[in-house]
Amino acid sequence: MIYREAGQFKISYGADNAFLPVLQDKFLLLIILTLFWIVFPVFASDFAFQAILLPFLIYSLAAIGLNILTGYAGQLSLGTGGFMGVGAYACYKIITLFPEINIVIAILISGIFSSVVGVLFGLPSLKIKGFYLAISTLAAQFFLVWFFEKVAWLYNYNTSGAIEVPTLYISGITVTGPSAESLVKYYVVLSVISLLTILVINIVRGKMGRQWQAIRDNDIAAEIIGIRLMFSKITAFAVSSYVVGIAGALLVFFWKGAAEANLFEIRLSFEILFMVIIGGLGSILGAYLGALFIVVLPVLINVVPHFLGLSIASATVEHVNLIIIGSLIIAILVIEPHGLSRLWLITREKLRLWPFPY
Amino acid sequence: MILEQILITPWVDMISMPALFFQTIWEGFVSGVLYSLIALGFVLIFKASGIFNFAQGILVVFSALTLIGLHSNGLPAYIAVVVTLLIMALIALGIEKFVLRKLVNQPDIILFMATIGLTYFLIGVGEFIFGGENKVMITKELGLPNDSWVFDVYDDIIIIQQLDFTTVIVALSLVILLTCFHNFTRMGRAVRAVADDHQAALSVGIHLSSIWFVVWFIAGIIALATGIVWGARAGVSFALEVIAYKALPVLMLGGLTSVPGAIIGGILIGILEKIFEIYWGQPLLGGNTETWFAFMLALLILIFKPQGLFGERIIERI
Repeated sequence: MIYREAGQFKISYGADNAFLPVLQDKFLLLIILTLFWIVFPVFASDFAFQAILLPFLIYSLAAIGLNILTGYAGQLSLGTGGFMGVGAYACYKIITLFPEINIVIAILISGIFSSVVGVLFGLPSLKIKGFYLAISTLAAQFFLVWFFEKVAWLYNYNTSGAIEVPTLYISGITVTGPSAESLVKYYVVLSVISLLTILVINIVRGKMGRQWQAIRDNDIAAEIIGIRLMFSKITAFAVSSYVVGIAGALLVFFWKGAAEANLFEIRLSFEILFMVIIGGLGSILGAYLGALFIVVLPVLINVVPHFLGLSIASATVEHVNLIIIGSLIIAILVIEPHGLSRLWLITREKLRLWPFPY
Repeated sequence: MILEQILITPWVDMISMPALFFQTIWEGFVSGVLYSLIALGFVLIFKASGIFNFAQGILVVFSALTLIGLHSNGLPAYIAVVVTLLIMALIALGIEKFVLRKLVNQPDIILFMATIGLTYFLIGVGEFIFGGENKVMITKELGLPNDSWVFDVYDDIIIIQQLDFTTVIVALSLVILLTCFHNFTRMGRAVRAVADDHQAALSVGIHLSSIWFVVWFIAGIIALATGIVWGARAGVSFALEVIAYKALPVLMLGGLTSVPGAIIGGILIGILEKIFEIYWGQPLLGGNTETWFAFMLALLILIFKPQGLFGERIIERI
């Protein structure tokens, strides 16, 4: 009943091709957008911005980037952390070399650098397939982290070896650095992410995205029907690393405030991969759901015993956290290997018929 | 000038200081053997169930920690080993029952993710029970030698730790035992059958879940052996987890399905990365190249041999 699309007629080809053909989906999206653009910023505390909203948005973007590569084009990548690092370091160098440049533009440019690096390590994918391909991105991961540590030019010869975000302004408003308000940071991040999400949704719906999916499903068959394997795989690596690199730059500039090379180590790559898998491979919605799950769950586990009046040592909380996350990951994979986004689709289908059995 | 440093100086150094060269090779060889041991656990499980088992590294840490924990609670060393093996069997049983059986026939990447979930779980449980600090392996109680042999070569000395020598012996005997098990026992034949074709094996009456249990249990035994010898060298803590990453290039290099590949790949990577670090990495690149050299080497070789040195050819069909 709730999701019944009876009576919604499509009278033009454009309407048939619409991103959300069903009216209820549009309402839902509108509600979500209002929540994120108006309701959350008004009511959220500083803690909520720092602990939930900012990391959620930034990790979602990284997960979307990885999803392009792993979910849509079917190339397993374990180097997301390294590519995020390239974006972050590139952005830092751009900002320090050209201080008057607008930070948003600098971030969009820094994605290009990670894109180039991504293509470089994506080249072996033409020859190496399946799990063997993981070695290529793993090599990128370990090499890049080592590179960030050893090349002092990248962090401007700081004695701490870390990149520290300078205070930057957009038309007089502080947007980065320790004195910037969370609300401002949030809106900048939200705008960048909204923009990129729209872009990515349309790329994966378009010609390029369909080619990627054809390659994922069977690359020999795809080649036979005339898809250029090399071009498609390389573009998948390029677009994916571009998005991931921007996520890395946002991570450092708008959330962490400072970063050392070890922030981008393999643990980060796995975290992002988890979001993609738990959310659902090949689904933009899934990237958001997965990020929500991985970001909010630890916060909840930290907060819940506090509410119940139990006092648990923080080290214990961390261990319990790992145990719960580990078992939940397995549980979700067992219940629905296609991820949370598939669960949503099933719910939607049920709502369509409800309250009638068929 | 820079070309000379890259192309000529290292070779000259190798010849002019043979003792250092041999020492480097020996140390690379020993760490290579340890990489192979971990890779062996990976290969066994990959062959028998098609699962890319990321949890092998954490099994190593977990078993070593259990052994130390049991010993510090008053159990004699050898009984502690037996009890640890029983615990590893329980873990294998749990993995088979609660993870593998539910995920039969899922895509590879889902199973891979499940083993990473398992890794998180085991890290959490391990730190919860044993704490996160570094522990010392009970080498003396297990009767492992602690001395070292010193050889004179051209007025230089080569030091060989007896412990390292034991490591090599342990690894060698494990491989021989494993080969015997695979080739000469009923169970081993069943494992090979399952590795070949799950469904055909099922249809001739092989009990699939008991085979998986056995394979994970063997992986547990290998993990314990690795944990003891590696822990004796470097202490036991969850930092050891990183060696699991080292096993990945070893696997890729050797081919995911090949036991000899895992061993040769491990030794090759162990030796080459040590030599590269000593002769090229430290003088020219600022050191610590061991973190990525293995991956780059494996990547380079895979470009020319996409299934690794000894892996099964993947035949693609539409």
